[in-house]
Amino acid sequence: MAKYIITVNRKEYTIDVDPDIPLVWVLRDYLGLKGTKFGCGIASCGACTVHFNGNPARSCQLPISSIPRNAKIVTIEGISGVTLHPVQEAWIEIQVPQCGYCQSGQIMSAVALLKKNPNPTDEHINAALNGNICRCGTYDRIRKAIHKAAQIESSN
Amino acid sequence: MVKDKFIPGRRSFIKTTCLVGMGLAIGIDSLARPFNIFHKNAAGVDVELSPFILIATDGTVTIVNPRPDMGQGTLQSIPSLIAEELEVELSQVKIIQSDGKSKYGSQTSGGSTSVRQLWTPLRKAGAAVKEMLIKAAANRWGVADDKCYAENARIFMKGTDKSLGYGQLAEDASKLEVPLNPSLKDPKDFKIIGKNLKKLDIPERVTGKAVYGLDIDVPGMVYASILHSPMIFGKVVSFDAAAAMKISGVQSVMKCERKMIHRMAEGVAVIASSWWAADKGRRALNVKWDNGGLDKTLHTETYFKACYDAARKSGINFEEHHDFQTKFNGAKLKLEVNYETPFLSHVPVEPENATVVVNDDGSVEIWAPVQGPAETLNEVADYLNVSPEKIKVNATLLGGSYGRKAYIDYVKEACFISKAVKKPVKVIWSREDDIGQGPYRPGMLSHMQGFVKDGRITGFHHHAIGESILGQVFKGLSDDEADGTICEELSTRNSKYQFAGAEKISWTNVKTEIPIMWWRSVNAANFAWGQECFIDELAHLAGKDPVDARMDLLNDERYKKVLQVLVEKSHYREKLTAGRGKGISLFSSFGSICGCCMTVSKVNTGIKIEKVVAVMDCGQFVSPDMVKAQTEGNIVMGISAAIKGGIIWKNGVCQHSNFNNYHVLRLSEMPELEIHIIENGEAPGGVGEAGLPPVAPALGNAIFAATGVRLRNLPIDINNLSMVG
Ligand code: FES
Ligand code: FES
Repeated sequence: MAKYIITVNRKEYTIDVDPDIPLVWVLRDYLGLKGTKFGCGIASCGACTVHFNGNPARSCQLPISSIPRNAKIVTIEGISGVTLHPVQEAWIEIQVPQCGYCQSGQIMSAVALLKKNPNPTDEHINAALNGNICRCGTYDRIRKAIHKAAQIESSN
Repeated sequence: MVKDKFIPGRRSFIKTTCLVGMGLAIGIDSLARPFNIFHKNAAGVDVELSPFILIATDGTVTIVNPRPDMGQGTLQSIPSLIAEELEVELSQVKIIQSDGKSKYGSQTSGGSTSVRQLWTPLRKAGAAVKEMLIKAAANRWGVADDKCYAENARIFMKGTDKSLGYGQLAEDASKLEVPLNPSLKDPKDFKIIGKNLKKLDIPERVTGKAVYGLDIDVPGMVYASILHSPMIFGKVVSFDAAAAMKISGVQSVMKCERKMIHRMAEGVAVIASSWWAADKGRRALNVKWDNGGLDKTLHTETYFKACYDAARKSGINFEEHHDFQTKFNGAKLKLEVNYETPFLSHVPVEPENATVVVNDDGSVEIWAPVQGPAETLNEVADYLNVSPEKIKVNATLLGGSYGRKAYIDYVKEACFISKAVKKPVKVIWSREDDIGQGPYRPGMLSHMQGFVKDGRITGFHHHAIGESILGQVFKGLSDDEADGTICEELSTRNSKYQFAGAEKISWTNVKTEIPIMWWRSVNAANFAWGQECFIDELAHLAGKDPVDARMDLLNDERYKKVLQVLVEKSHYREKLTAGRGKGISLFSSFGSICGCCMTVSKVNTGIKIEKVVAVMDCGQFVSPDMVKAQTEGNIVMGISAAIKGGIIWKNGVCQHSNFNNYHVLRLSEMPELEIHIIENGEAPGGVGEAGLPPVAPALGNAIFAATGVRLRNLPIDINNLSMVG
């Protein structure tokens, strides 16, 4: 066990954990941020996607000891303020989720994509979200919702 | 049968403390969420007017949803049936999940039965309570019942401005006789059913607030990670826990059991203060297994070889009309081929997990993603040998299931461990457990024979071959009996194809130790593949277009309509450029009829799936958008089943472990989708599964149309068609 300080959703946390525990379990079981999900543990499903200094990252692949104190980590709980994020609004508008379990990861990937590329094509979307599995099969709606979110963001 | 259970019977005035309290009772606010998704809390006392309807004296209306939501939308569709008749808006009600108690009747989400079975009983429950509230108001005002009407959770007196809220009437209403035959609304007056209302649980699912089984936290709980036998049924000879015990956080290591429905398996559990530590401990275990011969029996190739052997012999007849075999032998234009489908894993993104506490006094509380709260309650009561009254089931949201979480081996594991360590225990399976331990959708073989005459398909035989869920899991099939659960679906009574010459459905049970179970659409997707591709082959043999050949075999108007609409919407008759092709298929299952058309195009040595058009006739439905969503999901899962997956066991070793070697469809592979729903007011059919079976055969037929290559074995490597054929 060792002490670590990390910054999640602009808040600093001090935790005493095993150095190789992946971020996904720290978020879920130590910080109580359960919106980030676990699905494979090997970077193959995307359910655990968070933002690491603005980039989408698989939190199952980030041992706590590899995370600098000043790294900015954002989870699904941190993307909306008083109002929902435009991506979340679009997700509701298009009624994307079925079981919803994969959707935190899908949304985190989508938010990161739109930040870099406010008007993505289907090809850009394919490339950015191919690592996020949805076993319920909401892909078609995810694609539509990302276009919708791009529209909402540009009109804001 | 089901009906009786749901008609609110004569009952006394029951004051129940609000069911929502169950989360708060153990002091965890988050626990209340899955059962109280709309954050409405009653300030008054709840009055139970039907097992499914509680009205608090402050006016809060609570509806109990008896079918867990695994993504198919029952959390909204089922309460909609009540809300419609009760004249309340969905935004006005609090929806909670049933807890497995018998007063809610059957509570399993499965077999696409939820809306079908509950359509009338729950509408009646809503209507009965509405009539009681009207009567209570009429009594209070001293007027006749027909001078009053219900709207927006209030009773109004016609022609006046007088009204009373449901909360003000609940106590009076509860003392009245429950009408057994309340009148139901005319569908033209529906405000909820059949309308495209937004799902109210979606905001929670896009903000990370929805609580799944994996998110449950119980005070004092420990975590367990279980090393299951790599050959599933291997016995633990001995284990060395020294290395595991050195890992910080690991508390104990114990031999444990996995009670599957049909047999027992063994494992070694590592219990720790975090799942990470438990799992690390598990990886440090050193276990000696006795696999006694499992390397021979857990071998998919041997199983399929036995299936092909069976295809050369005759099976057990389920039905035969007009002496098929003699006619087939004498036919001039005939075809005999085999179609194969693989074993498949469900792989819900949320792995199997359960949190259980077995208390010293024998009482048990369970929090888990399960398809059947009542089955969970009863099976656990049996397993632990405690009375059902001592068990409390909190059925959480499910992060996907597709049949897997109707099999509650993981819940019983948590029971076993909690009983031993005397603490609340959370068991989480790894993805490797999920893929390597089964149960699987069984691989099956279709041995097909058919003949044609004068440009018509006149003879058809489907010989279904493989392991039976009824036989292996439920021990309900004798050796001289055809599996009716499978053959019934293939019967011409159901497929609705009428063959003028002769027809036959037969069955051979090929046994395997590889554990099997229901998987979305059960065996329908296995056998639709053979049926619908073979019809295409016979159509070509008869010199007919596959759609025309099907039309020729159908006389049921609903099937014909689905096919007609499909032809229209998919522009099936339009000429395609070279290298592109369209394939059609039609299959009925779970009370609905679904037609599917795929367009594919040649790309290098393979093909690309361009577009899928599906037409669904599911009779009446609650929400068109939910029907669409389910059909989209079925298309995606159907394509995965056709071109990915395929569980292979070799010498007792599962050849797959995680999503890197057991693949499912990803976003970049998504074709364009188009779903059309037939509106005909017929009795409601299932929508959670019926869209899946026609997907693979539409693809197989489209590949033939585009390339001339006829594929008969799934899965297909669509990037390299030259390898097969
Ligand atoms: S859990 Fe991290 S990618 Fe699957
Ligand atoms: S919505 Fe269920 S896995 Fe994506």
